[in-house]
Amino acid sequence: MINKFTALNLIDLDLKDHNALNLRCLAGRKGLNRIITDPEINRPGLTLSGFFEEFAFHRIQLFGRGELAYLRMLEETNRMDAVEKMFTHKISCCIFSHSGIPGDRFLDIAEKSGCSILQSDLSSSELELRLIRALSDIFAPRKTIHGVLVEVFGIGVLITGGSGVGKSESALELIERGHRLIADDSVVLRSVNGNFLMGSGTNEMLGHNMEIRGLGIINISHLFGVGSIRDKKQIQLLIELETWDSNAVYDRIGTGDAYKEMLDVKIPLIKMPVKAGRNVSILIEVAAMNERLKKLGYYSAQEFDNNVLKWLESKNARNLYSNNNDIF
Amino acid sequence: MKQETVTIKNRAGIHARPSALIVKTANEYDSEIFLELDDMRINAKSIMGIITLGANYKSIIQIIAEGTDEEAAVAALVKLFENRFEEE
Repeated sequence: MINKFTALNLIDLDLKDHNALNLRCLAGRKGLNRIITDPEINRPGLTLSGFFEEFAFHRIQLFGRGELAYLRMLEETNRMDAVEKMFTHKISCCIFSHSGIPGDRFLDIAEKSGCSILQSDLSSSELELRLIRALSDIFAPRKTIHGVLVEVFGIGVLITGGSGVGKSESALELIERGHRLIADDSVVLRSVNGNFLMGSGTNEMLGHNMEIRGLGIINISHLFGVGSIRDKKQIQLLIELETWDSNAVYDRIGTGDAYKEMLDVKIPLIKMPVKAGRNVSILIEVAAMNERLKKLGYYSAQEFDNNVLKWLESKNARNLYSNNNDIF
Repeated sequence: MKQETVTIKNRAGIHARPSALIVKTANEYDSEIFLELDDMRINAKSIMGIITLGANYKSIIQIIAEGTDEEAAVAALVKLFENRFEEE
């Protein structure tokens, strides 16, 4: 989770098309620096009617058409005490859907209490959906790790390994071969609902740059075109590069499923020894294709093993006949 | 493990030149060295990592080193921060 996510950050979120929140501030600018501590949303209908038990004030308060109409009625009949009581709580922010504009008295009370009032042109249910999606993304457990994230044949491959083992160089070769770069060096992992890991770069503003020893900093999108980059990608395969150790035991068959757990999500792991004469990027390419094949239901190593077993079985059966020479 | 807190004293923050300086210094030591800013923790031997930290003026950074020469590594890096990366 990023620390200190404020209402201003919420307005600033750069979400596109069907994720956009279209927020703007109506009042209470001072309150924009209030920290949003809860990724959930409250509809304050009960609160406005004067019922304050279990009032989830730390959540974002979402006012729909119904709440707005009720507010108008309160204002017309001069019964603003519930509203005043509501704003004695430290509310992170209020949002009006359907471009709703509350009355001046409501805005005054909010302004005085230092709570920001935002507005969006979306419908309540759509806004709630998008807010929850955006907030669960922001409040998701996250971790920054050292590695390169590339998309190879549609599979998100995270390449890790010690400093100077050749992560960036392998990734560069993959990009050169038409694959995509998501992040170099520091990759931010986010656990999405605890189901899968989403990887992205640490800083969108700095774009897709890589540091290659001897070349310096190079801009991938300018060098290889916009088709060679991607903003985020689910991590489906982890490749750990390590310098070749003649004493170490490496997987020779590939039926031993290795996994690594990151943020409580299991990711298939391949330990890839690096030495001169082994073209790592082609190995990664094949590993990604093999992972795709596995997802499609074909497990090369296991199929091969099954075929060997079948073959041995048929040989046994044959021997049974050929050894029984006393039949005739 | 050796840990030290530093504040960035040069106005420009950690841009390309200071990060190259940090990486150069960090690479002189065998220890694993990390820089921490808020919830981000990056390898001090990687230029892009340090730049993407986005450490600006007055940011507070933790220098963490682990290994045989951790004391010397942290001391050298702290000195770099204190000297404002030989800027200004």
